[in-house]
Parts: sequence; structure tokens; C-alpha cells
Amino acid sequence: MDILKLKGSGQAQTTSEDKVAKPEISSLASVAADRSESKGDFVPRRPGAGLEAKGVHAWFGKHHVLANVSLNFPSGTVTALIGPSGCGKSTFLRTLNRMHEFIPGAGMAGEVLLDGTDIYKSGTDVTKIRLKVGMVFQKPNPFPSMTIGENVLSGIKLAQLKVSNKDDLLEECLQRAGLWNEVKDRLSAHGGSLSGGQQQRLCIARALAVKPEVLLMDEPCSALDPGSTLRIEETIRQLTESVIVVIVTHNMQQAARVSDFTGFFLSDGGPGQLVEVASTKEIFSRPKDERTEAYVTGRFG
Amino acid sequence: MPDLSALPETLPERRELTTVPRFSDKVFRGVVTAGGFVALIVLGLIAVFLATRSFDVFRMFKLGFVTGFNWDSGDPDNGITPILGIGSMLIGTLVVSFVGLFFALPIAVGTALYLTYYAPYWLKKPMTILVDLMAAIPSVIYGLWGFFILMPHAIYWAKLINKYLGWFPTFSVPLPIFERSPFIAGLVLSVMIIPIITAVSREVFSQVPLDRIQAAYALGATKWSMIKTVVLPFGSSGIAGGAMLGLGRAMGETVAVYLVLNLYFLPNFHVLFSAGGSVASMIVTKFGEAGSLELKGLMAAGLVLFIVTLVVNYLSNLIVRRASRTGR
Repeated sequence: MDILKLKGSGQAQTTSEDKVAKPEISSLASVAADRSESKGDFVPRRPGAGLEAKGVHAWFGKHHVLANVSLNFPSGTVTALIGPSGCGKSTFLRTLNRMHEFIPGAGMAGEVLLDGTDIYKSGTDVTKIRLKVGMVFQKPNPFPSMTIGENVLSGIKLAQLKVSNKDDLLEECLQRAGLWNEVKDRLSAHGGSLSGGQQQRLCIARALAVKPEVLLMDEPCSALDPGSTLRIEETIRQLTESVIVVIVTHNMQQAARVSDFTGFFLSDGGPGQLVEVASTKEIFSRPKDERTEAYVTGRFG
Repeated sequence: MPDLSALPETLPERRELTTVPRFSDKVFRGVVTAGGFVALIVLGLIAVFLATRSFDVFRMFKLGFVTGFNWDSGDPDNGITPILGIGSMLIGTLVVSFVGLFFALPIAVGTALYLTYYAPYWLKKPMTILVDLMAAIPSVIYGLWGFFILMPHAIYWAKLINKYLGWFPTFSVPLPIFERSPFIAGLVLSVMIIPIITAVSREVFSQVPLDRIQAAYALGATKWSMIKTVVLPFGSSGIAGGAMLGLGRAMGETVAVYLVLNLYFLPNFHVLFSAGGSVASMIVTKFGEAGSLELKGLMAAGLVLFIVTLVVNYLSNLIVRRASRTGR
């Protein structure tokens, strides 16, 4: 299987022949184009910084669900992981902050490097890894016994961190999650009183409060209405200032709208594998692999 | 586009919506309805039985039956009028039950947390079965164990507590007699109610939504901080409910308490001192030798215990519902 690896510069490897040879195959290409052009000459601020998966395999018991995935997530970028159900993209996401190992019988091989250090190295404090690599889940899951404010700061409490000014942090996180104006007058209301979309942005604010370097999002909008989805996507775009975002999505429009790079996963009954990764524009206009093309044009999946 | 504010002048007549159940459905409905009502009827009949049998006693002693501390069946031949009051026994029941709950609650919640979150996979099942089995041991066995095995040790502990915490009124004793005290009865009760509190707590702990647990872990939580922020708030209502169930069981417990508690018809708050009360045990103690009036008094005591237990259960329901509004 032909696996392209992204280089740290964030530029995908494409040859000029491809651009000429193939017409744009997907209407999503134009959406994606706006996105990646603005990031076209992006240079990571800290060379060597970022998240990199090297030859990652994953198992549930004896079931091999993911094979040999290598992907680089440069800082300041959003990477979308797409593919049909059961292709291992969510499992891959969960190997990136060691949430994978919660499932009994879970196993993995390969390396995940965060700023050059393997997060699976023996002696690693898993809780510290999860502080650096935060996660937002499919279903909004604020802590219902806590107020909105307590929810945002819950990570500080859970990880027993010290913060000098909690009010500032609270406002900053809610601003970044695009929720501040809606909740600033009712920070002591319960998290459950918010709408689904607001709850999800609250979860994003909560994840940001512990200052992660990477934010993993597992289908964050699949339980939300289109309006809320757009708000979250705006939020994601703004987050790239400070965090690397990796988002799993079933919604190809979403991948096209928010991401700089897109990885396509596929399973042919065996373990899921990474078929192709390139800039989002490439994936939606001139994918190299015909299976990617079939998927993004909606011919299967 | 239709104007949403404009409704037709005349609304159509509402149709009757009926579902005709099948015969088999009717039969099943009859069976389960009967089952449900049997429980209600039995409960009601017990209440009626106790109320009619104890009517005379309540007419004679009025509220004094509940608040009075004396129990004297009287001697009509010698002109001694009977006086029946279960106040001290009621207080004693509460004291013993709360001592039991005090020891049982932390142990049971700890056991439930261990079984749900810490125990290795192979140990979970056998240990759960063993804890559940504790509830199946007949209470007379607990009573005998409490009397012969636990009491010698418990007296030593009671003396220690008295020596170092005796300045606190509850832990002082009027006389240095430590046998068959509310403290020892409470210890025996705590062992007896641990299984029920553990079972209820374990049940709610296993229902904690996985996404909340994962949310906590994804924020860098340790296991203990996850339990503190997610599991305990979610489970608080269940723990309270289990505790109340345990309290109800402790208050109704008869034989075990009868064996390890010295019944004494004066209110005693010195938990380490050999004098206590328990309505249920009192009924057993007096039943064999009771005359006709005293027997009615015991029925009345039963009625009071019945009502108190119902109130405790009702309160536990209230707590559970209030906790579940804020906790979930």
C-alpha cells in the first residue's frame, strides 16, 4: 500500500503532472482550496515541535484493527482523518493520547512522538501526556454536577495544577472556545443547562484550560445541528494559533472546511490503514489513490 | 407559503384513539396487575392488623406510649397500674442503627469502589459473590458471632475509646461496664448491612457514564481525582439510598441485636455503656410472657416501628431524588 508521509513543512508531496492531468473531481475542492491557500506557505514556529505517529499498530485483544500508520501533525495545522466506519481512524486518534489503552485487551505497536519524545516510553506519566494532548469527544460530556465555570476549570482541579488567576483563565478559555459572550452572565449555571452545541464548546474550553499542545477531536459535531457545527468549525480554525488539531469526521464538507491536511483511512476487512494523506485541497481535488477518489466523491462509504 | 397564524375557522372533531389489546395481552396484564396489588394489599393488611390490635393501647396512653420511658405491665391485684412507653427503645433503635451505619458506610463504599475500579478482573466476580453472600447469613449467626467472638475484642476497643475520647459525652460511661453496649450491637449491625450498601453503591458506580470517566481521564485526571469528581457526585444519590436501606434493615433487625444488646428502659446516649434499646428486640424479649394488655402494647410498638421504617424509606427516596436532580 502506498503511504505518503507528510513532511514537517506542512507541504504535501504532489507532482505537477497530477495537477494538469486530473480535473477537480469533487465539488468540495473549491471549499478546501480557500483553506489550504491561506496556509500555503505555512512555516511551523518551532521546528521539530509537534506530534508524529510512526508505524502505529493497534489491537483489541487478538483483533488487529490498525496497521502501520505514520502521520505527522505539524504545529499550527488542522488535520482531518476521514474514512468509512470501522477503518480505525478513531482508534488511531485514541492512540495519540493513550486513551486507547482504557479498553481491556487493547494493545499497540509503534511510536507516538510528542516534541520528539515517545509518549509510550516506559516510565511515562500518562496523566501528563493527556494534559499535553487533550481530547474532545463525539457526545458533549460536561460534568453535570458542576457549574459552567467549574467545568472549564475542572482539568485544573483534576490534574492538581496551580493557576495564579482562575478568572482570567476562565475568560480566556471561554473566549477561545467562542462561548464567552453567551455564558459570561451565568457562569454559575449548571453545564447541563446549555444547548448541545454550547455544551460541546464548553468541552473545548475545558480541554483548553490545561493548555494542551494538541487537541484531538473525535467526531465533535456528529451530535450537533448545522448551526452549532459551523460555530465549532470557526472555533477550530481559531484554535490553530496555539494548538495542533486532529479531527476525526464522517462529514467530508467539514473536513474540507476546517482542515489543512486530510488523511484517508480504509479497511478491507483486515486492519485499517492509512491510504493517503495530503493537503486537504489535494485530497478533494486530485487524490492520488482511486479509493480516496471514490470515497470523497461519494461513490462508497 | 401558508400563513402560520391563520387556523381554519372550524377545527375538525377530535377522534377517539383506542387500542384493543389482544387476548394474550389481557391475560398477562391481569397477572401482573394481581401481582402488583398483592404486595399493596399485604402491606395494607399488616398496617390494619397492627392498628386494630394496638388501638386500645393508644387510647389508654395516647402519645405517652411513644414518648414515655417506662414499661411496666402492672399488677391489678396489688393496685399497680400499667404504664407502657417505648420512647427509650425508639431512641435506642436510632442510636444502635446510626452506630452501625457509621461503621458500615465507609467500608461499604470503599468495597464498592475497589470492586468497580481497582480489583483485578479475576477477583471481581468471586469477591462480589462473597460480599453478597454476607447478606445470606442468618442473623442469629451474626448474633452468636457478635456475642462470643466480637464482644471480647469490642470491649477492649470500647475501653480504649473511653480512655482517650471519654471527655466527649457520648464516649463517657456512668459505670465501667462495657458488655452488650449499643457500640457492640452497632458493630454487629454494621457487618450485617455492609452487603446491601455495597451492592447498591456498586450498582450505581457501574452506571457512571463512560464518556464522563473518559472526559476526566482526558483532562489528565488520576484515578482518585476521577473518582472524586465524577464517580462520587454521580453515585451520591445511590450511596444515600443504599445507606437508608441499610438503616432500615438495621432498625428492623431483631435477633442479632437481642443477643448482643442489654435492653434498658431509660434513654442512654453513652454508646459504650451496657444499656441500650431496640424496639424489635424488645418485642421478642417480652412476647413470651406478655399478658393481654402488654401484648397489645407490643403490637403498638410494632406499629410504631413499621411507621418509622416507612418514614425512613420515604426520606431515603426524597434524598435520592434530590441528589439525582443535581448529581446527574
